[in-house]
Amino acid sequence: MTVRALLLILWLPVQAAAQGFAGLGTDADGFAVPTPDPVFDFPKDHGAHPDYRIEWWYLTANLTGPDGTAYGVQWTLFRSALAPETREGWTDPQVWFAHAAVTTPDRHLVAERIARGGIGQAGVTVDPFEAWIDDWRMSGLDVEMLDLTARGTDFAYDLDLRATGPLVFHGNGGYSVKSAQGQASYYYSQPFYEVSGTLTLPSGDIPVTGAAWLDREWSSQPLADNQSGWDWFSLSFDKDDKLMGFLLRDDAGGVFSSATWIASDGTTTAYPDGAFRARALEWHEVAGRDVPVRWAVQMPDRGVDVTVTALNPDAWMALSIPYWEGPVIVQGSHAGRGYLEMTGYD
Amino acid sequence: MTWVTLTALLSHWRCNRLQFFALVAGLALATALWSGVQAINAEARASYDAAAATLGEGQFDQLVPRSGDRIDQATYIALRRAGWQVSPVLEGRLRTNAGSVRLVGLEPLTAPGTIAPVGMSEDANLDDFLTRGVLFAAPDVADALGRTVAQRIITDPSIAPGVALTDIGVAQSLLDAEGRLSRLIVSPLQPMGLPPLEDIAPGLLRQPAQDAGADRLTDSFHLNLTAFGLLSFAVGIFIVHGTISLAFEQRRSMVRTLRALGVPLRTLIGLTVLELSLFALVAGGIGVALGYVIAAVLLPNVAATLQGLYGASVAGTLQLRPDWWLSGLAIAVLGTGLAASGALWAIARMPLLSSARPRAWAVASGVTARRLGALAVLLFLTGIGIAIWGQGLTLAFALLACLLIGAALILPLLLRSAVTLADRQARSAMWQWFWADTRQQVPGMSLALMALLLATAANVGVSTMVSSFRVTFVDFLDQRLAPELFIRIEDTAQSADLEAFLLTNASDVLPLLTVDTDVAGVPTELYGVRVGPTYRENWLFLDDTPDVWDRVEAGRAVVVSEQLARRAGLWTEDTVTLAPDLTLPIAAIVADYGNPLGQALIAEPLFRQLYPDVVPVSFGVRSDDPDRLRRTLTEEYGLPDAAITDQARIKAFSLEVFERTFTVTGALNVLTLAVAAFAILMSLLTLASIRVPQLAPAWALGLTRRRLGQLELLRAVVLALVTTVLAIPLGLMLAWVLLAYVNVEAFGWKLPIYLFPAHYAMLTVFALAAAALAALWPAIRLARTPPSDLLKVFANDR
Repeated sequence: MTVRALLLILWLPVQAAAQGFAGLGTDADGFAVPTPDPVFDFPKDHGAHPDYRIEWWYLTANLTGPDGTAYGVQWTLFRSALAPETREGWTDPQVWFAHAAVTTPDRHLVAERIARGGIGQAGVTVDPFEAWIDDWRMSGLDVEMLDLTARGTDFAYDLDLRATGPLVFHGNGGYSVKSAQGQASYYYSQPFYEVSGTLTLPSGDIPVTGAAWLDREWSSQPLADNQSGWDWFSLSFDKDDKLMGFLLRDDAGGVFSSATWIASDGTTTAYPDGAFRARALEWHEVAGRDVPVRWAVQMPDRGVDVTVTALNPDAWMALSIPYWEGPVIVQGSHAGRGYLEMTGYD
Repeated sequence: MTWVTLTALLSHWRCNRLQFFALVAGLALATALWSGVQAINAEARASYDAAAATLGEGQFDQLVPRSGDRIDQATYIALRRAGWQVSPVLEGRLRTNAGSVRLVGLEPLTAPGTIAPVGMSEDANLDDFLTRGVLFAAPDVADALGRTVAQRIITDPSIAPGVALTDIGVAQSLLDAEGRLSRLIVSPLQPMGLPPLEDIAPGLLRQPAQDAGADRLTDSFHLNLTAFGLLSFAVGIFIVHGTISLAFEQRRSMVRTLRALGVPLRTLIGLTVLELSLFALVAGGIGVALGYVIAAVLLPNVAATLQGLYGASVAGTLQLRPDWWLSGLAIAVLGTGLAASGALWAIARMPLLSSARPRAWAVASGVTARRLGALAVLLFLTGIGIAIWGQGLTLAFALLACLLIGAALILPLLLRSAVTLADRQARSAMWQWFWADTRQQVPGMSLALMALLLATAANVGVSTMVSSFRVTFVDFLDQRLAPELFIRIEDTAQSADLEAFLLTNASDVLPLLTVDTDVAGVPTELYGVRVGPTYRENWLFLDDTPDVWDRVEAGRAVVVSEQLARRAGLWTEDTVTLAPDLTLPIAAIVADYGNPLGQALIAEPLFRQLYPDVVPVSFGVRSDDPDRLRRTLTEEYGLPDAAITDQARIKAFSLEVFERTFTVTGALNVLTLAVAAFAILMSLLTLASIRVPQLAPAWALGLTRRRLGQLELLRAVVLALVTTVLAIPLGLMLAWVLLAYVNVEAFGWKLPIYLFPAHYAMLTVFALAAAALAALWPAIRLARTPPSDLLKVFANDR
């Protein structure tokens, strides 16, 4: 049995449930589903929501070495529930897994971990804050000041993160709609981290500084049954504005888009389907498939007309669930850096 | 004109459908043989490679408690949180009303590779396994378990008898061992910069993976398969060559006619090449498909062989791997190209107006045979040179190639000589004619006979090799696995206590004292053994001196392994220095297959004198009732189940596996013979038409057609007999090279060669039967040739 089979098992009930209803409602398996106009309760909501089926703590960082070389770092902890509850010990139905990566202009190093809940091998506590799996850890007194570590067979990193702005909420106050049928998630971010720390690569230690972006999202109904994958952009412009935008692709070739404009003071503007546009300009073969690695991204409302190019086109996450995730360079009407995640390119 | 020429060339096949069938079938069969063997080989290899890293638990390092048999679950969490990639296992005995079951609890998310039960994907999903509790049980305990536990039971025949697998959490609750573990499996891939084990879990000991030697034996088995692949390649090339040469021979007159009509030589050659490439691709494709079928039929056996013997899992399904179907097509195309180049050269040089008479007479001269013979001698000399001065595996295979090709090339000369010898003994005119005519046939049939020679030699060689391997290995198993149980403990403090317990419960206890040392510059395991009947009765030596064990027991001699002896350049009666003040003569050399280290055995008292601090941690235990003793040890003495190895079961398993290996070898043997027989049939059929002018005078002189047919059959059998008789020594030489040369080059140990005369006799009968069967139809056809055809020969006589 492979982990991939496990994830398929986890994925199938989601798909089956998604087919059963359009829009909102109560999940047949007893999982809670997001409802509009959420009221968040922090720091409690930085922690896990076991009555929802899936959840993640998703951190990406654009870093620079002493010689100006650009680097990217990813640290993601996923929670996937087999049942909407927690139990002590091995019978806990919460399964945790995590992905970590370091991207350089010519290398992409990845690792993954998987663990059961209930025994202390993985989990999230909120006061003080700690999200961990094995020795990978994102911890601090609260999410404003974090220490981030992970390592694989050929890389490691240890970064200090300090938030310089407020949390931002996507969609309607943190209620982010994911399809025309109404599938939705709770979604907020902390996109204002300043970062300093050390990357350990096969060639040695490298001191780095830069910026990081944490996404928090949980739901029980992530995609509609006809949706096949997504292209997710988090772009930080040199003028201190930020843009989060994603396309959800469906089987028929259509897309559902959503975006959030984040001003430098943290005020947000949410954009509905259609306002954010992204078009693939250049494809690259990686792991036996073609993946777009250069995009034309436009948001006319904000005068955005940029080209988004992968720092390393081979940033393929060759893990149990394979996907593309890596740092990008932004050029055009706005210049900057960011991260791109692409799934469903089989 | 090109088109017309092409249709003219192709029309030949329309008029001679049999020849067309022979060409396509010959090419297809040769490809099938090669690609079938390759498919099995590639599949077994790929599956083994994939599985090698992620096999059963024995393949991985383990963390076990230094004392006691339980690990606190908190230690596991501490290790994980320090970055150590380990996976927990809990083992214990579960009482049922029909006896006890060995329950193994695993953690499927962290366990390296696929050590979870095979049936899981079909009968239960992970959700069930993790949160509701499912037990996968061997068939013999499933019923009893079902009445004892509340969890769902799934019967899975791939699980060892007496064992049930389940999730670690379920195992903890069933065994009433909450928060406790037996051992931790260490994943082969660990992150960089791990803190040392002692800092996090000082109470644990890292035990290295157990069966590292299995790889070497598996390699040896694969080498055998590779050798078989090469042999089938050689047989295939000869068949392709034969088929193509005959096809050209038959079309010489047409080529001359076309040339005379004004077709340019270049066009003609170009079209022929095009035509042949097309045939090669089509026939090669058919061959690959056929090979796939062969492999699919044989693969379950190969899979079972590897799985049983080495624990390597070979997927039972066959995949179309590009490397073997491409190599199959390449064989067809290259073989055709190789065979056709000579023929095309001949066409290019053929004088425009030369006689189109088939060259059956021309090649009959002994010159060709003698030239080939000279080439063969050259190859043999090269082979001898390699055998004496050469080193390395590549050269060992070159030696094999020299031997095989040389033997094939010298065959026509030897056949001619044999026939000439018989001719001298002939008394009557008819027999003189028969032998002379047989000599005439030798060149025409020589390619088919070469194929038969190689096929038979391959059969003799491979059977001898596999049988010798089996005999040797059975002896080896008898010797090494003589004690019914083998116990290995980690805590040296427990040693004396355990030995005392064993002495009162078992019929004989054989403590094994060991240190790693250097003997004559070779890394060696030095053993101190308690010499007794087990050693005296079960150990066989490659070479020994009188009273081996008496001398060893008295501390006056040492037994060393073959690896040590060969690497140190020592043999029996040479002396070897084991310790600064201990030099002993070697009393015997013992085989130790698959061990990269050397071994030396001395008596227990002498060993204790040399290394007073070493206490035994391994014990061989003789017992009439090993099952009961095992239960006593685990339940009364509290020894962890993993510390005890049931050697009788391993032995039975290994023996069963060799039977399966035989099935595969046997099937491939039959196949090669069948292909050779087909080659004979086809050459006889194609020769038949050419031979009418040669037979007509004999018929005119009074030999009946029936008699001619009988003689034809006899001729084929005689030629096959001579070939087979020559094949046996060739096959034995082949086996010798494989066992004594290739194996030593590859693994450092030599397998003794055993002869199986009854098998060779049977093989000869089979080969003759195959040849007779192949010749039967041409002979019948000859016997039924209308007299008018024979008369026509004289009418057309030039």
